[in-house]
Amino acid sequence: MEPIIRVSHVSKTFYAKNGEVEAVKDINFDIEKGDIFGIIGLSGAGKSTLVRCLNLLEKPSGGKVFVNGKSLGDLPEKELRKARRNIGMIFQHFNLLMQRSVLDNVCFPLEIAGVKKAKARKRAMELLETVGLAEKAGAYPAQLSGGQKQRVAIARVLANNPEILLCDEATSALDPQTTKSILNLLKEINRERGITIVVITHEMSVVQEICSHVAVLDHGRLAESGAVEELFRTPKTEAAKKLLLKGFAHISRMKGERKIRVTFAGKSAFEPVIGNIILECKTPVNILYADTKTINGNAEGEMILQLPDSVEIADKIVEYFQKKGLGVEEVDSYVG
Amino acid sequence: MWDNTIVKMLLEGTGATLYMTLVSTLFGYVLGLPMGIVLAITDKEGIKPNTFIYKILDFIANIVRSIPFLILLILVIPLTKAIVGKSYGSSATIVPLVIAAAPFIARMVESSLKEVDKGVIEAAQSMGAGTFTIIWKVLLTEARTSLLVGVTIAIGTILGYSAMAGTVGGGGLGDIAVRYGYHRYQTDIMIVTIIILVVLAQILQGLGMMFSKKLDRRHV
Repeated sequence: MEPIIRVSHVSKTFYAKNGEVEAVKDINFDIEKGDIFGIIGLSGAGKSTLVRCLNLLEKPSGGKVFVNGKSLGDLPEKELRKARRNIGMIFQHFNLLMQRSVLDNVCFPLEIAGVKKAKARKRAMELLETVGLAEKAGAYPAQLSGGQKQRVAIARVLANNPEILLCDEATSALDPQTTKSILNLLKEINRERGITIVVITHEMSVVQEICSHVAVLDHGRLAESGAVEELFRTPKTEAAKKLLLKGFAHISRMKGERKIRVTFAGKSAFEPVIGNIILECKTPVNILYADTKTINGNAEGEMILQLPDSVEIADKIVEYFQKKGLGVEEVDSYVG
Repeated sequence: MWDNTIVKMLLEGTGATLYMTLVSTLFGYVLGLPMGIVLAITDKEGIKPNTFIYKILDFIANIVRSIPFLILLILVIPLTKAIVGKSYGSSATIVPLVIAAAPFIARMVESSLKEVDKGVIEAAQSMGAGTFTIIWKVLLTEARTSLLVGVTIAIGTILGYSAMAGTVGGGGLGDIAVRYGYHRYQTDIMIVTIIILVVLAQILQGLGMMFSKKLDRRHV
């Protein structure tokens, strides 16, 4: 099957007074229909520029973006505007029209598409119902909380029945609980409407929460991409490792000790590996961090262990984990 | 001195001043609003950047604004004659008033439109909105409070200019103030005209601010 989005050799260079900035360099990836595709990177990695290349809000300096097999860059202005109605976008700062009521905000894309007013209002009310804000139809954005604003933005973006939804740091301005509810709403939209979602974020937790596939951006380049479980278990690049360990900066900073990150895929979570290793090596290991996450419906565990001082025993432990088929990473090797 | 003729004259003067101010503001916006919109969208940060058009309008706005109003008043007499048929009186004053006000209005419109959140414009673009839709439904609507504050400022400025035009036979309250207060040393009449001008300015200012506040949905 043809991918719904194909990014082919896309680059974007900005020309500023103090020289040129290559924000995005030769990026290639495919997004399949129905995926929730994450694009993750530290700030300044070029994520926002890349996502704007997907609906041509930024014109790529090189390369092409295909949506349903059609190259967006080759469409005439009018066709491009039409194509954009099929690619919704939500933003970190919601970008609602402040002088319009909630209902009129949701009607806005329908007005652009030339839908009759009565019909637009009816559809807008249905969508507000979907996002759970029907009773706020007459309110103005200034009266809403951040989470509610993002819900309005989601209702607005659904108005044109898009096939693709781009989310540019859509939860970065929200508290953890609201983030969770918005991510659940996005999941629901993906499941029930079959909308392909592209999620731009700097938070690995967001990717782990909803994405099926992920691309890691590092200084404008695509560091690696693939299924989220794969990245979680066996990150191949420094950039990916850094992002995975970002939350553990305090642990990583403890110098002088050898630390490893062990990941448990699916069934290995049932084996008492830690107990076994302590019995086998007759040395205690210190667990600095442990958690289980559900990624794509599978339980994935991760643990950060402090190894004993003895190099011999430490190596033995690492070897043991590897033999058991667990993911093992030296933590210190990728502390930035 | 407060006989009927004087009162009638002051009333007529007030009427003439209001007429000049409001009609000039209206035509000032007929010219200045489109000019301001074009300035805002053709700027390099705008939605249709075009350095050439921007530079031309920018130049015109700067030139006209740097000519003192009294000089402009005299400078455009041939044009005034061509349009109105004579170079004195309230209607004739409207021509230089509009010419002086339009670039000033354009600048205020430009700055109001540039205050509109770039993110909202981007959102509209992502929905497939064209330039005209963005101008009409995003820029002008989102900036309406600021635009109305601009109208209020424009009216106040034009009111002041119209009084100045009185010195060269423009009619209205300024004309009365000069003729009676300056040429005939009737300070009391001059003071009354000044009071009327101040009251007019206050009323117009108050109304403008009230409307702009009423239409603002950002603070509720």
